[in-house]
Amino acid sequence: MRADTLPRLDPTVRDRLERGYLYATAARRRRMLVGFGLLVVSILLAGWIAEVQPAKFFANFGSFTKYIHDILPVLHLDAADTGIAEWYWGWKRWLRLLGETLLIAYVGTLVGALGAFLLSFLAAGNLVRSPGLRFAARRFLEFCRTVPEIVFALIFVVAFGLGPVPGVLAIAIHTMGALGKLFSEVVENIDMKPVEGLVSTGAGFVETVRFAVLPQVMTNYASYMLLRFEVNVRGAAIMGYVGAGGIGQDLLEAIRKFYYTDVSAILLMIIITVVAIDMLTETLRHRVLGAEGAR
Amino acid sequence: MLVIEGLTRRFGTKAAVDDVSLEIPAGSFVGVIGRSGAGKSTLLRLINRLNDPTAGRIRFGDRDVTALGGAALRAWRADCAMIFQQFNLVGRLDVLTNVLLGRLNKVSTGTSVLRLWSADDRAIALSALDSFDMGSFAHQRAESLSGGQQQRVAIARALVQEPKILLADEPIASLDPRNTKLVMDALQRINKEFGITVLCNLHSLDLARAYCDRLVGMAAGKVVFDGRGFDLTDDVARRLYGLEAGDVVDETVPTAPVAAREKAFA
Repeated sequence: MRADTLPRLDPTVRDRLERGYLYATAARRRRMLVGFGLLVVSILLAGWIAEVQPAKFFANFGSFTKYIHDILPVLHLDAADTGIAEWYWGWKRWLRLLGETLLIAYVGTLVGALGAFLLSFLAAGNLVRSPGLRFAARRFLEFCRTVPEIVFALIFVVAFGLGPVPGVLAIAIHTMGALGKLFSEVVENIDMKPVEGLVSTGAGFVETVRFAVLPQVMTNYASYMLLRFEVNVRGAAIMGYVGAGGIGQDLLEAIRKFYYTDVSAILLMIIITVVAIDMLTETLRHRVLGAEGAR
Repeated sequence: MLVIEGLTRRFGTKAAVDDVSLEIPAGSFVGVIGRSGAGKSTLLRLINRLNDPTAGRIRFGDRDVTALGGAALRAWRADCAMIFQQFNLVGRLDVLTNVLLGRLNKVSTGTSVLRLWSADDRAIALSALDSFDMGSFAHQRAESLSGGQQQRVAIARALVQEPKILLADEPIASLDPRNTKLVMDALQRINKEFGITVLCNLHSLDLARAYCDRLVGMAAGKVVFDGRGFDLTDDVARRLYGLEAGDVVDETVPTAPVAAREKAFA
């Protein structure tokens, strides 16, 4: 088919349609330009008010790269083994602290997830009729996740003393808030027909949740919990900054006391661990979700 | 005997059920007919108390159903089992567990949550399943079954509740003709063998006439007909179904496939 065989409109009609089209699209384009302009202005304004000075970033970029360079160890190829041994002189202690960090994240995630599990059903709008109970559950979860972990950790260090206990508590509380919200949203997206079926048999709230809700949400809960564990490993790594256990304290000490190569040694250990945990939990998460999809 | 007095349920300003009064003697098989949106489903849901009435009363024997709450309300729900158009089984649990869920009101929460069903409960559930030819499916996930099979599982679940009334909310509206007959026969057996009162919402007048010993016609939330199948004249049917009445009571082709007729009013 050739183009000249396509039907053509009468020029006067075509002009009228074209003008209308251009008019409409021009208005849309104008609105977008204005919106974009406003966005740029507000970014600049925000930066100016908060005294964010880009010039500072460029002026001091050199000292940042210098720091990175300084913390890297000097390794010679002909004596790499002694060089690495010197670099990782404290590996036994660091490994133990890293293990402690993982345990803080693990226990914190478990305890937090348990609380989130219990509260998620009370915070779900499709299960709880009482607006008061739902309001209370939601605001409580909100409070738990709005306060940063490190702030909770600081408070608990004052209360319970130095060590991993305040770290676990801080992570557990923040996890409860964050997971509780995600969990309750999973519950709000379930198919309500089984719930109705169970209510109609005279089942109580706990039984309805157990048999009509749980089978629908378990895989998503498990997946979110693993995701949260990843996040918590990173979170636990800095718990030591405030004395709440784990590797963070040694990292902070190394930075403060200018033990340059120690900083890179510990950072590298943390990065490798976090990457390994990420890969592991991702495989697990896909397996959990895959098992669900295959059914 | 189930007594309904002046029952009304409003959603916003619209009355889904509007001043309905009925007396349903024990052991009867009552069909509730009418077009979609006539208030049939809401009526059944009010009786089970899945919805609360805006006004009016439901009495069963000396129980004031509308005033019940807590454990007494749950006990009432166990007494008036309900089956649904979409079956409302828990798709991810196996068939036997789904039937056992009908026993929840009779076992303690602690044991049921751990799935520690008694041997007696298992025996009851399996027997109920098998009486509807579903015994061999006990281990399968409910969602893997066909619609007709799922509805029979739902009826088994209703039966193990040891109910006094069975409310069936358009139980056959998403089934093919063969399964329609299986499910309606199952309901009839429950009524005749166990003496359980059945209240069944139906679209199809033919089925309603064939299975029910009494018909209640609803239109715009009100009861507009109450009588036996043969009392239902063309005139009443027209009031119930509006312009579609000609199709509904077309007596000249009684052999037409039921499912095709059902679709017309779905």
